[in-house]
Amino acid sequence: MTSINLFSQILEWMPFVLQGFALNILMSLLAIAVGTLMGTFLGLGQLSTLKPLGIPSKLATQLFRNAPWLVLLFYCIFLMPYQVNIGGVVIQLPSWLRATIGFSFPVAANFSEIVRGSVNSIPRGQWEAAEALGYSRRATLFRIILPQCITRMIPPWMNLYALLLTATPLSMIVGVEEALGRTQAAVQAQGDSRVLIPMYLALLAMFFFYTWPINRLSLVVERRFRTK
Amino acid sequence: MITEIQTYFRELAASGINLTIFYDAFDFDRFVTGFGNTLLLILISAACSIAIGAAGAAVLTLGKGPAPACIRGYVALFRNTPLIVQMYFFYFAVGSIMPVGRNELGLPQPLIGSFSWAVISLSLYAGAFNVETFRAGIGAVHGSYEEAALALGYNRRQAFFSVTVPLALRFSFASLANNLVDLTKATTVAYAVGVAELLYVSNQIWSDSLNTIEMMNVMLVIYLTLTAAVVFIINRVEAAMRLPGFGLGDGQ
Repeated sequence: MTSINLFSQILEWMPFVLQGFALNILMSLLAIAVGTLMGTFLGLGQLSTLKPLGIPSKLATQLFRNAPWLVLLFYCIFLMPYQVNIGGVVIQLPSWLRATIGFSFPVAANFSEIVRGSVNSIPRGQWEAAEALGYSRRATLFRIILPQCITRMIPPWMNLYALLLTATPLSMIVGVEEALGRTQAAVQAQGDSRVLIPMYLALLAMFFFYTWPINRLSLVVERRFRTK
Repeated sequence: MITEIQTYFRELAASGINLTIFYDAFDFDRFVTGFGNTLLLILISAACSIAIGAAGAAVLTLGKGPAPACIRGYVALFRNTPLIVQMYFFYFAVGSIMPVGRNELGLPQPLIGSFSWAVISLSLYAGAFNVETFRAGIGAVHGSYEEAALALGYNRRQAFFSVTVPLALRFSFASLANNLVDLTKATTVAYAVGVAELLYVSNQIWSDSLNTIEMMNVMLVIYLTLTAAVVFIINRVEAAMRLPGFGLGDGQ
């Protein structure tokens, strides 16, 4: 078989792999949404002066940040039920959805640290000035500090999203049919060892051309928002 | 002593918490092998990735012509693609064109096994992050140090290695600790190419003994301890290398 035939053969399998890649993107979008929401609460909890709120938030953040993604994924895959029954409505939890929930935990912990870090990066003087003007701690945080933090949180948040997307193929190990699992299936179906390198290179290229612009953009945004 | 521990965990198993690794010799051996392989993966990959990071940052700073562009390409490529896909690429795709030797029974055996491929891809992945870390560390050293060295008659290379690098190293520790924690967590990905590391053997044990929850908790505690140990070691090295009057904490 000539190299042109080999090329067209690989091209034939690309839609199959790209459909898997769409699942990667879907999982990453859902996980970043859920993770950001949970992380916001965890991060605000970390900043709380109330001990019953602050200490559990810090512990949860450290736990989910330092545990390997794959271990958290195994927890969610093995320990979560296949279906949940909410008030008589049975909701099926397919493995890709359970994997997405598994990814949202480390995302939440990382975002919690982004929130805490950006709040701490605001000079102390602003807290003191607000206190002198008679603002309460809550009003200072929500009306003075956090509005400035949003722009500082966007670049690390984009990097977190890129990191999350590159973690989604881990779900292949627990049987989710995403891009890596589909590439492997496609290679086996073709039964030709010459397609191995081009197929995996194509997969690497998919991830690269999706993630690289995000990381570049985050650098641009960071420069744009940098305050001197 | 050992029998007492075994008896204790047998009784614990009877009450519902089945930690086979503490009373079953076979499971204990498997677990220790897995833990040893994880430690080896961390140590070898950490050493290689630091070497790659240092060499890459040196080329980025001193190199001329196409060499710095190559390093930038390598960093962009490895940072923006998933580690597990890189590992599959090396193990299945590149591994398929590697020479195959024969083992003592005469059966074909690849010269580079799954453990070596895991070390290679972990080192290259973490190395890409370390290049960025060390480059940022070099960027954080104020230009006046190099100028002072040049004024004292050092050439550019000497000034870089004798003045800039020792100072840059001290700026890099926080980010380096972060990268090595990520590397420790990333060793679990070697599971995917069948390296008998901690996650792999734990999976085997819970498949045989049906103690999934217990083994997962043991594994989680071990990984949290390992990441804490990495941070502790880096902090100790940082404290030992601290220069009075120089550094982030000293109002430089």
